[in-house]
Amino acid sequence: MIRNQLLVCAGGACITSGEKSVKDVLVEELAKNGIQDEVQIIETGCMGACDLGPIVVVYPEGTFYQKVNMQNAGLIVSEHLVKGRTVPELLYHGPTSEKKAQTSEEIPFYTRQVKRVLRNCGVIDPLSIEEYIARDGYFALGKALEMTPDEIIKTVQDSGLRGRGGAGFPTGIKWKATKDATGSPKYIVCNGDEGDPGAFMDRSVLEGDPHSVIEAMVIAGFAIGAATGYMYVRAEYPLAIERFEYAIGKAREYGFLGKNILNSGFDFDIEIRIGAGAFVCGEETALLRSIEGKRGMPSVKPPFPAQAGLWGKPTLINNVETYANIAPILINGADWFRSVGTAKSPGTKVFALVGKVQNTGLVEVPMGTTLRELVFDIGGGIRNGKKFKGAQTGGPSGGIITADYLDMPIDFDSVKEIGTIMGSGGLVVLDEDNCMVDVAKFYLEFIVDESCGKCTPCREGTRQMYRIMERICDGKGHDGDIEKLKSLGKVIQLTSLCGLGQTAPNPVLSTIRFFEDEYRAHIEDKKCPAHVCKHLLTYSINPDKCVGCTACARQCPVQAITGEVKKTHVIDEDTCIKCGSCYEVCRFSAILKE
Amino acid sequence: MKSLEELKRIKEQTLKDMDLRRAKDRGKVVVAMGTCGIAAGAKDALMAVIEEMEKADIHDVQVVQSGCMGLCDREPTVEVSMKGQPSVVYGDVNEANARRIVREHIQGGQVVAELVIKRGNI
Repeated sequence: MIRNQLLVCAGGACITSGEKSVKDVLVEELAKNGIQDEVQIIETGCMGACDLGPIVVVYPEGTFYQKVNMQNAGLIVSEHLVKGRTVPELLYHGPTSEKKAQTSEEIPFYTRQVKRVLRNCGVIDPLSIEEYIARDGYFALGKALEMTPDEIIKTVQDSGLRGRGGAGFPTGIKWKATKDATGSPKYIVCNGDEGDPGAFMDRSVLEGDPHSVIEAMVIAGFAIGAATGYMYVRAEYPLAIERFEYAIGKAREYGFLGKNILNSGFDFDIEIRIGAGAFVCGEETALLRSIEGKRGMPSVKPPFPAQAGLWGKPTLINNVETYANIAPILINGADWFRSVGTAKSPGTKVFALVGKVQNTGLVEVPMGTTLRELVFDIGGGIRNGKKFKGAQTGGPSGGIITADYLDMPIDFDSVKEIGTIMGSGGLVVLDEDNCMVDVAKFYLEFIVDESCGKCTPCREGTRQMYRIMERICDGKGHDGDIEKLKSLGKVIQLTSLCGLGQTAPNPVLSTIRFFEDEYRAHIEDKKCPAHVCKHLLTYSINPDKCVGCTACARQCPVQAITGEVKKTHVIDEDTCIKCGSCYEVCRFSAILKE
Repeated sequence: MKSLEELKRIKEQTLKDMDLRRAKDRGKVVVAMGTCGIAAGAKDALMAVIEEMEKADIHDVQVVQSGCMGLCDREPTVEVSMKGQPSVVYGDVNEANARRIVREHIQGGQVVAELVIKRGNI
């Protein structure tokens, strides 16, 4: 008889932090104590608090153990399960609270979240179709098969669901257009390419709750009249591919995929297609070409995939998170979906909250939540007592939300006014030690690498913008650079063929808008105020702190430091190559980096 | 899988296996499992409680273990806190008494007076 269940988070991040060894220790200790038949271990999808991993939750108490490792995992068995005493050192302890949290309900990171898309992640075993069914899985499909396609599409339209991949196009309208299009056969495609650096919302859904996407694709197939679905996953997500493949097998076994689903006469099946490392294949038309076996390059729209997609046939293509919203909408209704969020952006959004916050990880909040709540209430504020400088949203297609806009409610439309997009959900928090020019340069470098090359504005324009950014960060910027970046950026935005090029200038233009003084410091003063850009740093020795230990002089690879033993040393600026070795090796904090 | 009925059956069956993960807010049963408790047979009491709860199909009451409650000479001890009622500590809870407590108090709503050794919060 099972008296306890240990839920072990097996999302990608926790696995990397050693979840498997923790699980092995738990299995061993349970056997050692003879209670292996009374305690069940269940590996779940991502629980969201990635910074606190590996995580183990003990039920029925709901005790939330964080930062569990091979050395302390045994205590969960010997102390908690055998002796009934919680393990204090593994409980969550917030930076400002005195009390330790017993369950996740006492942890601020969780209390403000509304888990709809992530309803099953961290709760069920993603490999168990039965557990998915126990949480109302496939009941939406059962209901949908007894409705008409028009009724299904109307429900989706009434819900106001907008595409979660970044563009925010009304999902119901897309479904209707694909249903009404002429052409056969029709196709259903799921965009699991998730190329934005730092974004892992879709990955967590595919790894932690794959059936939620399968169910939605079958419903979509029934609604628009398609019999084949393709799940396009980027190759860099092997765990997601493995779990989704397994889930497809289970769905077929239970008759949710294949012929005559649930006795309705409707046939539908899904195949996986794996990407090959191209960011541009996240763009819907490039993705479709990739499935066709062609080079992933975007094409002009119109025609849209709804009219002419895969092999020229009507194709519905939606993002993973968009699909994950469908089943609950059908079960609970459009009004339920609208009960959270804003009028024009109803529902919730999953964000990958990363960067310089205390609590990094995956969070799901109602649309309209302010940046302040995300960064300070859920995120726990900036690490190491530093100052908030900005939040980068939307990945390489987005810009910065500065401290002045912390109380702006975040949804599809609000952030456009300040030159950024909400995007697919990546939210990188930056502090005073980040150089905004360097951040913009990073995204631009990524874009230059990923540009498919088809259209000139993107292929040549982004490269030229990058050359200017490189010069600026190398201390070779000159008058007119900012104006050139702005005008180049505008042209690229207006004339690029696809969204990649059209949004490529955003990080640069946004940082110029809000941090022009930082650019000017780089260009005119040849200085990096955040002390990041290597070529603009000057290393010098503080005579008040230097004791003449000669450690730096011995370390310097170009012999730029001179001085006698026990006497103040000096760095020759002309010889110095700014490698920073002296800074690393000085034990007296005598090296100044400015 | 050919019908919604089959689906419902799988749901109900699996929910039982996932029972420990569901919210239980009608009450809580704490079995003291300190060294004294274990020596006195608290483990048998614990398993008896769980078995009886399952037999009675009760899914909204938590059953957990704790360390020593301090009433060492009356072990095994079991505290029952039902929502809206003052908590009650039972002493000398052997397997048979454990089953009685589940049937009469948790299921039937009647405190088993002769087994009580303390009322109110500890």
